[in-house]
Amino acid sequence: MHPFTLIEAQNNQAVIHALTSNLKAKMIAGGTNLLDLMKMYVEKPEQLVDINGLDLKKIESLPDGGVRIGALVTNTDLAYHPAIVQQYPVLSEAVLAGASAQLRNMATTGGNILQRTRCPYFFNDTFPCNKRNPGSGCSAIPGYNRMHAILGTSGKCIAAHPSDMAVALVALDAVVHIQGAKGERSVPIRDFHRLPGETPHIETVLQHDELITAVELPAIPFAAKSHYLKVRDRASYEFALTSAAVALDVNNGVIRSARVALGGVGTKPWRSAEAEKVLTGAKNSVETYKTAANVALQGAKEYKYNAFKIELAKRTIVRALTTVGGLS
Amino acid sequence: MNQLTGKPVDRVDGRLKVTGGAKYSAEFDIKNLAYGVTVQSTISKGRISKIDTKEAEALPGVLAIITYKNSMSLHQLSSEGGGSPGSGKLGEKDLLPLQSDRIFYDGQHLAVVVAETFEQAEHAAHLIKIEYQQEKPIFEIEQNIAEAYKPEKGLGGSEIQLKRGDIEKGLADAEVKLDETYITPVYHHNAMEPHATIAEWNGEQLTIYDSTQSVIGSRNAIAQQLGILPDKVRLISYFIGGGFGSKGFTWPHSVLAPMAAKHVGRPVKIVLTRMQMFTCNGRRSRTIQKIELGSGKNGKLAAIRHANTVETSFVDEFIEPAGTATKLLYDSPNLDVSHSVVRLNKATPCPTRAPGEAPGTFAFEVALDELAYKLKIDPIELRLANYAEKNPHDGHAWSSKYLKECYQQGAAAIGWTKRNVAVGSMKEGHYLVGYGMATAIYPGNRGAAAAKVRLYPDGRAVAACCTQDIGTGTYTILSQIAADALGLPLNLIEVRLGDTQLPKGPNSGGSQTAASAGPAVQEAALDAKSKLIKKAIADKKSPLFGQQEQTISVENGRLFVQSEPTKGETYTDIIKRAGVPMMEGSADITVSTRETQSQEANPTSKGRGGGGEEGKADTNPFVKQDQDVDRKKYSFQSFGAQFVKVLVDPDLGTVRVDKVVSVIDIGKVLNLKTAENQVMGGVIFGIGMALMEHTAYDPNNGRVVTRDLADYLVPVNADMPEFNVQFIDKPDPYISPIGARGVGEIGITGITAAITNAVYHATGKRIRELPISPDKLL
Repeated sequence: MHPFTLIEAQNNQAVIHALTSNLKAKMIAGGTNLLDLMKMYVEKPEQLVDINGLDLKKIESLPDGGVRIGALVTNTDLAYHPAIVQQYPVLSEAVLAGASAQLRNMATTGGNILQRTRCPYFFNDTFPCNKRNPGSGCSAIPGYNRMHAILGTSGKCIAAHPSDMAVALVALDAVVHIQGAKGERSVPIRDFHRLPGETPHIETVLQHDELITAVELPAIPFAAKSHYLKVRDRASYEFALTSAAVALDVNNGVIRSARVALGGVGTKPWRSAEAEKVLTGAKNSVETYKTAANVALQGAKEYKYNAFKIELAKRTIVRALTTVGGLS
Repeated sequence: MNQLTGKPVDRVDGRLKVTGGAKYSAEFDIKNLAYGVTVQSTISKGRISKIDTKEAEALPGVLAIITYKNSMSLHQLSSEGGGSPGSGKLGEKDLLPLQSDRIFYDGQHLAVVVAETFEQAEHAAHLIKIEYQQEKPIFEIEQNIAEAYKPEKGLGGSEIQLKRGDIEKGLADAEVKLDETYITPVYHHNAMEPHATIAEWNGEQLTIYDSTQSVIGSRNAIAQQLGILPDKVRLISYFIGGGFGSKGFTWPHSVLAPMAAKHVGRPVKIVLTRMQMFTCNGRRSRTIQKIELGSGKNGKLAAIRHANTVETSFVDEFIEPAGTATKLLYDSPNLDVSHSVVRLNKATPCPTRAPGEAPGTFAFEVALDELAYKLKIDPIELRLANYAEKNPHDGHAWSSKYLKECYQQGAAAIGWTKRNVAVGSMKEGHYLVGYGMATAIYPGNRGAAAAKVRLYPDGRAVAACCTQDIGTGTYTILSQIAADALGLPLNLIEVRLGDTQLPKGPNSGGSQTAASAGPAVQEAALDAKSKLIKKAIADKKSPLFGQQEQTISVENGRLFVQSEPTKGETYTDIIKRAGVPMMEGSADITVSTRETQSQEANPTSKGRGGGGEEGKADTNPFVKQDQDVDRKKYSFQSFGAQFVKVLVDPDLGTVRVDKVVSVIDIGKVLNLKTAENQVMGGVIFGIGMALMEHTAYDPNNGRVVTRDLADYLVPVNADMPEFNVQFIDKPDPYISPIGARGVGEIGITGITAAITNAVYHATGKRIRELPISPDKLL
């Protein structure tokens, strides 16, 4: 581990001040991803700013029916909160599909959104990696890329975004609240993560001196019928090969509204507006789901070891929709 | 007397382990300890052209940076015993660490940084810059298949090129034929406890704390490399957090610790990281197994050909003996088992839980399942049609074999006959249901062992043997055996293991620890008891004076006349009256059940080979009786039957092992609880092998890609099936007076085939390359 100092910040302003005054400072909350990366010399902060003392640990129901989740709410608290379980089961299921109970007890909402890829080449600093060391090249494109992305990839990076929670948040149109030196702003989570393009090392729109304060879920009555399905190589404690966060609003056999987001396949949590377009207004049937699934994967690009993800992702979507659509 | 042997006794070291009181090799508090961290190569082949240590040296706390340029010289091992008791075996005999600039594989140790703290050493190690002259590596079997060769012998001189009958004629004449190729990937052991070594010099004397499956072997291998006599080295390994074969040979880090300690004049600790352990301490070789079967329409096998291609390194030779069990499994007149090896720029493979049998039974037992479907014969019937009533290769009688009973019990427990045999015919909800079975097999190894048992005036007894408990329960079963032999309760027994100052015991490989150390402890205990009885019956002051030895029994430490139980006295009374600090019994046994042994393990007519220190064993009548058994007439093998029920999601390709029934014959079960643990552990290993585990190498440079437990998947709790482990539990009358064969490895054999066969029954998809990950079933 690169040597570092540790300070504790008691309020948001103190965090922002610490970050502003040191370009090599980094926030730490649960540390479940950051500490791993520091041990591997992928992250080399000179200063850690402990933000666990901040007042960002509440889950509040909003007057319009939405829910506001503090950035420091742990994955465990989020997954079992009654408002989340009842109004947004897809989010609860997604969180519980990730990591292990021990990790979920430490990991936070803000940290989960900011977690970095599990690409083994990114994690091992003796391999070239454009994300870790811009311009050094991508080892995964010609390398062992079974776990890598098939959507949103670029010639510079094909690393998959690892979060389950963020896939559900994308499906739910969550909004990320941010506070920085220049004040407060809100970003729809769909725009929060960036595609790798030419700059895979820049993963989100969050600036160095900014802090996530909360994630807000809008009221979506039909999200009460939502589901997260994750397919993986073992039954638990493993990242997705493919996953799907879906919600359906079905009336008289016709789909009024739909949400489809994918995990394990995108370089960012992947919302498929195209699939939702196919579903909206169509007959609630497995045939419709299949058409939607095909559309969702239309732009997919396969690599040597991960071609199976295209078919598996389609089947994952169909199974998830079948479950919420009441057709199983 | 209430017999403890066989009972599901709790682990005697359980409390120590769960409270942190059990000291593992990295956990000894040594005064003035410095920390060593190794720097590994990041290329697969070439030379070091430059090592820049400037930045690292300038860091506070750094005591030394040792590379091939300033390292002490090491000595090549003069002879190797191939894993037999008392020998030492290097993992890589032609690659002693830090002796040259040559690089043979990714992850080779190129430098050691020693610093005041672990953090300083680790950071300094990271700042060392190495430049290379790279050469083009060869890292897949297929890249170097033209250079494949067939070695004459395998580990320890074992036969690996095996023939009987006329294979060509057998295949040509067969009514039904099968010819398929099966592949298993590279697997890593991934013991929970990392490889760790602490070295402390005291003048010319060296103390080593090392996590090893071979306390004596590791001591010898380290001493020889350093060019010092083994008796200058004391090696301690009281507790081991799993080894699974990776700690059987001695790997470079174990000698790097004493080298570094000498260099800085302080004790040094080296603990390998999880990442490092995917490179420099062995692995299970990838195997490519081509199997040809010829049979009659009735299923009677006429010919078996099992051609294996495996990998080794450029710095040593280890051959995964994937075909050796094939010669024993079934009664076929014609057989040809061969092993070809290809050298690669990867670290050297080594034994991994059931080396040979684990991947070998995958291929062979799947092939047999394919033949069963081809012939439309029930897989159990096919196996019974070819049942080997004696060792089919050399005609020897089995020491004991209850495989038919294993098939029967297993079939009944899983509901084998109730299944619908048609492929893809059974469903539960979304899932396709499949049933599969396979035979399990593992040798009943027993090797030389010495032991001492001492009785003290306070009533305690101490049994000592320089073997080691790698987590299997050796402390516990030896305590049970000693308690029964002495007639003492368990809480008065202390077992001492894992220290080269104790009588020479076996290494923990080949599932031989219990079968070897068990009889030695028993016979030493009986010797001690006999000495005490003799003392008492010869002593006028004893109430037992004048009695015959065989009329005396012991219960709870009290000796008494069987026909007159009120007449007696305790061990304590006798020892106190004798005025001695303790009474000692010893045993030194050189029995071996192996077909081929290296020199040291060979049985000799007079028992001194085991190396017990005071040489009183020759007079031990129990040892004599044991050694007088003619074991050459018998073939010692454990067998079992694995039955599996799987659930397969046909849309998503996921496989869930729902239920496993393992019926195992290991002779006498010493401890139902630890034996069950071992079989379950083996089955879990097999689930990993079958469904998820594999080490991936970069297709361009041969470097290891999957280097942590997030990328290399092992089964987790959520993957666990319902287990049903059963034992035949009939003593093997010839292996030893106890009648127990080992149980550490047989659980992993057959299970991968049973799972693969069940997946076929569920889906109709025959997977011939492991692991069966979801992508293979889409």
